[in-house]
Amino acid sequence: MPEIPGVLKGLGVTFRTMLKPAVTVQYPRVKEQPATRARGVIALKEENCTVCMLCARQCPDWCIYIEGHKTKAPPRREGGKPRTVQLLDRFDIDYSLCMYCGICVEVCPFDALFWSPEFEYSEPRIADLLHDKDKLGEWFETVPDYEPYEVGSQAKVKKVPR
Amino acid sequence: MTFALELSYWQSTILRIVGVLVAVLIPAGTLVYVFLFKMMSHMQSRLGPMEAGPHGSLQLMAEVGKFLQKEDIVPTKADRTLFTLAPYLVVGTVLLVYLAVPFGPDAYFADLDTGVFYLLAVSSVSVIGVLVAGWASANKYSLMGGLRAAGQLIAYELPMVLAVVGVVIQAGSLNLQHIVSVQAHGEIFGWGGIGNPFILTQIVGFGIFLLATQAELTQTPFDMPIAESELVAGYMTEYSGMRFLLFFIGEFASAGAFAAVAATLFLGGWWLPGFGFDNNAMNIVGPLVMVGKMMFVAFLIFWFRFTYPRFREDQLQTLAWKYLIPLSLVNIMATAVLKVVF
Repeated sequence: MPEIPGVLKGLGVTFRTMLKPAVTVQYPRVKEQPATRARGVIALKEENCTVCMLCARQCPDWCIYIEGHKTKAPPRREGGKPRTVQLLDRFDIDYSLCMYCGICVEVCPFDALFWSPEFEYSEPRIADLLHDKDKLGEWFETVPDYEPYEVGSQAKVKKVPR
Repeated sequence: MTFALELSYWQSTILRIVGVLVAVLIPAGTLVYVFLFKMMSHMQSRLGPMEAGPHGSLQLMAEVGKFLQKEDIVPTKADRTLFTLAPYLVVGTVLLVYLAVPFGPDAYFADLDTGVFYLLAVSSVSVIGVLVAGWASANKYSLMGGLRAAGQLIAYELPMVLAVVGVVIQAGSLNLQHIVSVQAHGEIFGWGGIGNPFILTQIVGFGIFLLATQAELTQTPFDMPIAESELVAGYMTEYSGMRFLLFFIGEFASAGAFAAVAATLFLGGWWLPGFGFDNNAMNIVGPLVMVGKMMFVAFLIFWFRFTYPRFREDQLQTLAWKYLIPLSLVNIMATAVLKVVF
C-alpha cells in the first residue's frame, strides 16, 4: 500500500501544528496590526472630488451615492471669467453592500478615494453602516503613506494629498 | 475484599451504579474538553474556547446548559416510543462496557470469567440503538445514516474481535483481571521490570484494534453515518436538546470505554510497575493509572480523527474486509503457533 508514508506524514503535520503556538489572537483584548495597505475602509478627500461619478458608475454593488451641483467660483486671475465648479452635496458609501473590491479607488482620476486599514466600524444597526462624506473624511485622517516600492523600481512613489 | 466495613448487597449495588455513572461521565467530559475542544483547536492552529472559565474549561457546562434549554422535538411521523428509547440504548451500552473493566485488584464493578466475550458482545448492542434511531426518525437521511452505521459497525466488529483473540490466546483467559495479571507477571526476555504489556507482542493486534475502534465510534476517517455533507447528521438529524446530548455523551463515553478496553488488553491495565499485584494501594493508584492510559489511547484515537478526511463507503468496506480481517487472521495464526512453540 503506497499510501502509508503519506498517512504517517499527515499525522506528523497535525502533531507539529499542535505544538506550535496558535496563529489566532483573542480579538477584543489582543489586536493584530493589519497590513499597511489592507483594505479596511475607503476614505474620501472631499476637496479633490469633482463629482465625475466614475466611482459610482463602476461600483459593482452600486453602493456609492453621489449628489452634487454646479456653481460659479471666482476666477483664478484678476479680470477672468468666473469658473464653473462642481460641489459635492452628498457622498455616501453603504458598507453593508460594499464588497471591498477597490474599483472605486482604482478608477478615481483625481486622488479623492483611498484605502485605510481601519476595520473596527461594525454597528448594531445596519443603517449605521452608511457612511456619509463627513465620516469618510474622518477616515482620511487614518490613511497611511504609500510604502516605498520594491528595490530597483523606476516609478515615483505616490503621495497621499494631505 | 480488604474493606473494613461490610456492605450489604443493595448498598454495594448503589455504590456501583454511582461509580459507573462517574466512571462514564467524567472521562467523557474530559475527553470532550481536552481533545475535542483544545487539542483539535491547536492542531488547526487556533485556540478553541477561551471565555468560559480559565482556558474555556467550563465551556462544557455551557454546552450542556444550552442543550438542556432546547426544545425536545419529536417529529409527527416518528415512531415515538422507539425514537425516545434509542439514545438510552446507546448510552446504556456504554455503561455496560465499563461494568467489566477492572480498575484495581478490588476496584471493579463485576469480575466476569468471560469478560472479553461480554465486552465485545455488549459493545455491539449500540448498533441496535443507532439503527433504531435511524428507523424511528421517519427521515430518509436518518435511515441512510442508520443503515450505514449498521453496515460499518458490523464490518469492523469482526477485525476488532479477531484482534482481541490474539490477546486472549496469549493470556490464556477471557477474564480481564487475569489478562492484566498475566501482563503484570510477564517478562521481556527474562526481565520483569515493566511486566509484559501485550502491545509489544500484539502490536499488529493493537493497530487493528485501534483502527476498528475508530470505525466503531464512527470517528472522522470513518464517519459516513453522520457525514454532514450528504446526510445532514445521519441518525442524529431529527434529535434535539436532551436526546441529542445523550447521543453526544454516548459517542464520547464509548470513546473512553474503548480506550479503557484497549488500555486493559494491550497496555497492561491498571498495574503500575513497582507495585505488588495485590497491593491494596493499587485500588487508589490503579484507577489513576487507568485514566492515564485511557487518555493516551484516546489521544491516538482523536489524533487520527483530526488528521484524516472521510473515507468513501467502498474504501471503508474494502479496508475492513480485504485488509484488516485477513491481517488479523494471520495474527491469530502466528500467535497460536508461537504460543504452542514456546
